[in-house]
Amino acid sequence: MNPTLNAVRAGLSRGRIEYGLSFRNGQELFGYLYMPCLFLGLALIFQTMGLGEGEVQMPGAFVLSGGLAFSLTILGIATVLQTLASEREDGTLLRAKAVPRGLLGYTVAKSTHIAAVAVTMALLTVVPGLLFVDDFGFERWTDVLVLLWVCVLGVLALAPIGAIIGALVGNARTGVSLAMLPTVVVLMFSGLVMPLTLMPDWMLDIGRLLPVYWLGLGLRAALLPDSYAAFELAGSWELPLVAGVLAGWAVVGLLLAQWVLRRMARKQSGSRVQEAREKAMKRAW
Amino acid sequence: MGTPVTRRSEALAAGVEAEIVLRVEDLRMNYGRKEVLKGIDLTARRGEIITLLGPNGAGKTTTLEVLEGFRRRSSGKVDVLGSDPEHGDEAWRARSGVVLQSWRDHGAWKVRDLLHHFGRFHAPYSTPDRIRPYDTDTLLALVGLTEHAGQRIKHLSGGQRRRLDVAIGVVGRPEILFLDEPTAGFDPKARQAFHDLLFRLVDEEDTTILLTTHDLDEAAKLSDRVLLLAGGRIVTEGSPDELAASVAGDSEVTWTVDGRRHVHGTDAPAWHIAELYAVHGDGITDLKVTRTSLEDVDMTMVRRYESGDAEVAPADLDEENR
Repeated sequence: MNPTLNAVRAGLSRGRIEYGLSFRNGQELFGYLYMPCLFLGLALIFQTMGLGEGEVQMPGAFVLSGGLAFSLTILGIATVLQTLASEREDGTLLRAKAVPRGLLGYTVAKSTHIAAVAVTMALLTVVPGLLFVDDFGFERWTDVLVLLWVCVLGVLALAPIGAIIGALVGNARTGVSLAMLPTVVVLMFSGLVMPLTLMPDWMLDIGRLLPVYWLGLGLRAALLPDSYAAFELAGSWELPLVAGVLAGWAVVGLLLAQWVLRRMARKQSGSRVQEAREKAMKRAW
Repeated sequence: MGTPVTRRSEALAAGVEAEIVLRVEDLRMNYGRKEVLKGIDLTARRGEIITLLGPNGAGKTTTLEVLEGFRRRSSGKVDVLGSDPEHGDEAWRARSGVVLQSWRDHGAWKVRDLLHHFGRFHAPYSTPDRIRPYDTDTLLALVGLTEHAGQRIKHLSGGQRRRLDVAIGVVGRPEILFLDEPTAGFDPKARQAFHDLLFRLVDEEDTTILLTTHDLDEAAKLSDRVLLLAGGRIVTEGSPDELAASVAGDSEVTWTVDGRRHVHGTDAPAWHIAELYAVHGDGITDLKVTRTSLEDVDMTMVRRYESGDAEVAPADLDEENR
C-alpha cells in the first residue's frame, strides 16, 4: 500500500465527511444560503427597477454573476482563513500532525471540502438565476465548462491567500475581522461592488492585478450573453488572460502557502493548543 | 522496524533486560536566556511505564514534547526508536503514539468515524507482527466506548472524550506512547479503568509508556519508574519503592504557604513535597530541602515565580506553556 496514496484517499473521505457535516451545522448552512439569496433578491430588484437614466446599465444578470464572484471570494479568503485559524487553535491540526502523513491528508481534505462548497454555492446561485433572471444563463454548452474551471481555478487562486493569512494571525476571531477589511477593498477594486465604468483608472489598474477581477470576468463570460462583453474594459471576455492570471496566482499562492503552513504546523504542540484553549476560555467568560 | 523486537516478558524470563527504546542525554531547553530544562538524562526499555512527576513549571510537558518531536530542543542527545524525534520521518511517526487532549475539535464527528479515519493513516505501516491499525470496533470496546460509537463527539462526557483521545493515540499500535496529564479531571472509577487500559497495552502490545502527572498516588500505582522533576532537573528517580527509600534519612523541608513559613522533619522529603503540591498546588513558595544527614547543603528543589527570585523563577513558571 502506497502511504502517500493512502493518505490522499483518507483525506478525500475526510473532505467528504466534513462536507456532509457542514449541512448539519446551522451556521454553515446559513453561510451557504444567505449570499445566493441576497444576490438573487438584488438581481430581481435591479432587473425590475434598473438603475435609472444614463448609459450605466446594471441588469440583474450582471448583479447575480458579480454576486457569485463575491461569494467565492469570501469563501476563498475569509472561510479558509477562519477554518485554518480555528482548527489550529482547537487542536485539529495537531491531531493531523500526530499521525503519519496526516498533514497531507488534512490538506487534501480541506481542498476537497472547499471545492465542494464552491460548486454548491455556484449551483445555489446559478440554478435560481436560470429560472428567474433575464439574460442570465448559458448560451452554449461550453459555457458550463467555463463556469466550472473559473470556479475551481478562482478558489485555488484565493484559498492560498486565506491560508497564509490564517497561518499568520494570532487567533481565529481577530483574524477574521482583520481579513474582512482587505477583502472588501479587493472586492471594491475588482468591479464587483461598483460598475467598472464608474471606477477611476487607477483603481482599475490595481484591480486588474488582483485575482478577484479575473474571477468576476470569467464568471460573466460563462453566465452572461456575449453581447454583454461590450461593457468590459477590453470589449471582450479575455478568457485566456483569465485562465493565465488565475493560474499564476494559484501557483505562486500554493507554493508560498505550503511554506507558511509548514512553518505553522511545525510549531504545533499540545501545550500550544492548551494555551490557546485557556485564552479562548478567558475570552468566553 | 530494524532492530529485532524482544518482548519484555521474554526478556524478563531470560533474565536479561529488554532493549532500550528511548535514550535522552543532557537534554537542555532554553527560551532566550531562560533555562527550562537543565540537563535531563533518561532511558526507557521496551514495555516500561515511566512517569514524570513534578509540580507545574518543572519541565514535564516540555520534555514530553521534545520526545514527541513536536518541539525543538536547545541541546542534548535524544533517541526515540532509533531516530532523533526532530527528524523523525513518517514511518517513525507511525511507530509512536501521542495522546492529545481534545477540546472542541471534531465536535460534529461521530466517535467511530473519527477513530476509523485516523486509523487509516497507519495501514501502510502494518507489519506481520504488528498489524496496524487496530480494528476500530475492537479498540472502541477496549476503551469502553462501544455504545457511544454513533454519538457525536461534542455530546461525550469529559471522561468519555479522554478515552477517545487515548484510543486515537493508540490506534496505530504504537511501540512508544506519550501521555501528558492523561487523567486530569477523572473520577476514581474512570482513573482505574484508564490504568487497566495502560497495563493492557504494556502486556499485550509491549508498548513503552511515558506519562506526566502531578498525582503522586497515580505515579506510584502505574509506574515501573518515577522521575521527579523540579526546576528543569530530575531531582531523583527510581521505582516507587526505591524512590521512597533513596531519599530517606533525616531531612528538613521548609516551605511557605499564604505567607506563613512551615518546617517539617521527615525521612522521605520527596514524597512529602509531592504531597504538599497535591494539597497546595501553586500556593507553595520558597521550598527548600535540607538533608541534615548528608552534607549541610541547601538544595533548592523548586524555585517559584512567587518566591521573589526574579531572575530565574518567572522562566520556570511561564515557559512550560510556551
